[in-house]
Amino acid sequence: MIWNEHYECMERESLMKLQGTRLKDMVERVYYSVPFYRSKLQDQGIEPGDIQSIDDLKKLPFTTKQDLRDNYPFGLFATPRQDVVRLHASSGTTGKSTVVGYTHNDIMMWSEVVARSLTMIGATRDDIIQVAYGYGLFTGGLGLHYGAEKIGASVIPISGGNTKKQLQLMEDFGSTLLACTPSYAAFLGEALAEEKIDPASIKLKAGIFGAEPWSEEMRSQIEKLLRIKAYDIYGLSEIIGPGVSMECHCQNGMHIFEDHFIPEIINPDTCEVLPYGELGELVFTPATKEAMPLIRYRTRDLTRLHADKCECGRTLVRMEKCVGRSDDMLIIRGVNVFPSQVESVLLEMSETKPHYLLVVDRRNNLDILEVQVEVEEQFFSDEVKELENLRHRIKANIASVLGLHADIRLVEPGTIERSMGKAQRVIDRRKLQ
Amino acid sequence: MIIKQLSVFLDNRTGRLAELTGILAANDINISAFSIADTADYGILRMIVGRPELAAEVLKKHGFAVKITEVVGMIVPHRPGGLHKALQVISDSNVAIDYMYAFATGDCNATAIIRAESMQKLVEVLQEHKLELLKEGDVYQL
Ligand SMILES: [Zn+2]
Repeated sequence: MIWNEHYECMERESLMKLQGTRLKDMVERVYYSVPFYRSKLQDQGIEPGDIQSIDDLKKLPFTTKQDLRDNYPFGLFATPRQDVVRLHASSGTTGKSTVVGYTHNDIMMWSEVVARSLTMIGATRDDIIQVAYGYGLFTGGLGLHYGAEKIGASVIPISGGNTKKQLQLMEDFGSTLLACTPSYAAFLGEALAEEKIDPASIKLKAGIFGAEPWSEEMRSQIEKLLRIKAYDIYGLSEIIGPGVSMECHCQNGMHIFEDHFIPEIINPDTCEVLPYGELGELVFTPATKEAMPLIRYRTRDLTRLHADKCECGRTLVRMEKCVGRSDDMLIIRGVNVFPSQVESVLLEMSETKPHYLLVVDRRNNLDILEVQVEVEEQFFSDEVKELENLRHRIKANIASVLGLHADIRLVEPGTIERSMGKAQRVIDRRKLQ
Repeated sequence: MIIKQLSVFLDNRTGRLAELTGILAANDINISAFSIADTADYGILRMIVGRPELAAEVLKKHGFAVKITEVVGMIVPHRPGGLHKALQVISDSNVAIDYMYAFATGDCNATAIIRAESMQKLVEVLQEHKLELLKEGDVYQL
């Protein structure tokens, strides 16, 4: 099913024309209403008239997360504050948080892209959607909420946490769709088994999971635990929130709603634009945003784009699951490490579960990576040699994937904090030194 | 002749063992014998307790990784060479011992808890040589 065939199946040529018009309009708006952009464009000798088509996008300067921090809180707003009807903010793990604003039209547009996303996986007004993303400053909960209401589904705005209640309502209300972070979905799946709830009494058929990187192994794990199809939704608050792109039933990448969010892939070091199919940093220009349009926002996410037509009939480009967010990427002894790589290793081994914590430290000027893995009942052996065997196998598998030796520390089950929202996977002690 | 032992995974956190014994005490479960095999990061606590199934259940409820393993309790004759004779018998029969630990009982005897690769074979060998084994009935109230 397609929510908005006109835009989702548009000929690529017409789409690019539309993008050009919208880009031109946006550049004009920010030039006259955002001092930060005006001076940035003037520095590069660009005037609004220089932007005539989508091909001119590459002339424009980039925007980074640091620019958002520097203009905290409302410095990048392109409309009077009175026109802003909603504010969201990201938790600032390092320093100040970043604030995003939405006008009424922005909220409508956001609901539209989430409505498209939900329709993409077959959701209709017949569905009951349990939104277990956090509601609040985080965009996940409210983002899904409005889109789900738009398609006429029944929304359970339960927010994150309170696992017992989640399971109870899932059973009592007969939720057919679940929206939350993949780590919480896996947690709910385990809780379902622990509470000995008969999976037949649960009507869930699919899940919409995003807001943190997750692996294909994690997907099969969730699908098995909850007996559902697990779909990937992508988004970031700087661009809109969830609903920037979404996987269709063909599951060969996430369709980007390009009529609103113009994507590019660049080489993160040289900033050169890369062709379709090449791995690089994802950059977005949300051209129709009113309150906070951004020019070429660098997401730090690494992925590839594919433009060949999808079997579902959509012409929108597809982005691959992100290899990792360059923010999550750890550089350990010069090697790039993504937590998701460790996760794949643990999920591939039948004895381990994906509860893990990476602790990076520096001793005698040498980076040290410790991976904490929980010893679950099923693979707990009461013989030291068996446990040591397991530890060595984990160590070897991680070494072969990361190209780096990690110390494996077996810890008791339940020691690693379960997350109701985004999972905390890394403690980097080097930053504290 | 085979008795049930409780094995618990413990990571090296201060107070973790006391937490465990506290839980058992609160549930009125008696510990008859225990040993800890430890490595730098973690330990495996092995113990013989009264009501092992109940003990396993309450510990699991408190988040411990628990396993019930089968062992034998061999009464070691209280005389020089008593333990040696028993071990010689086991060794001669090519039964591989995974681990063992001993504890003294009130009557001046000692009891060795033994876990072997093949428990069935171990029991056969010991019985064949008339070594006295603890029975399930008396062991949990040691
Ligand atoms: Zn498709």
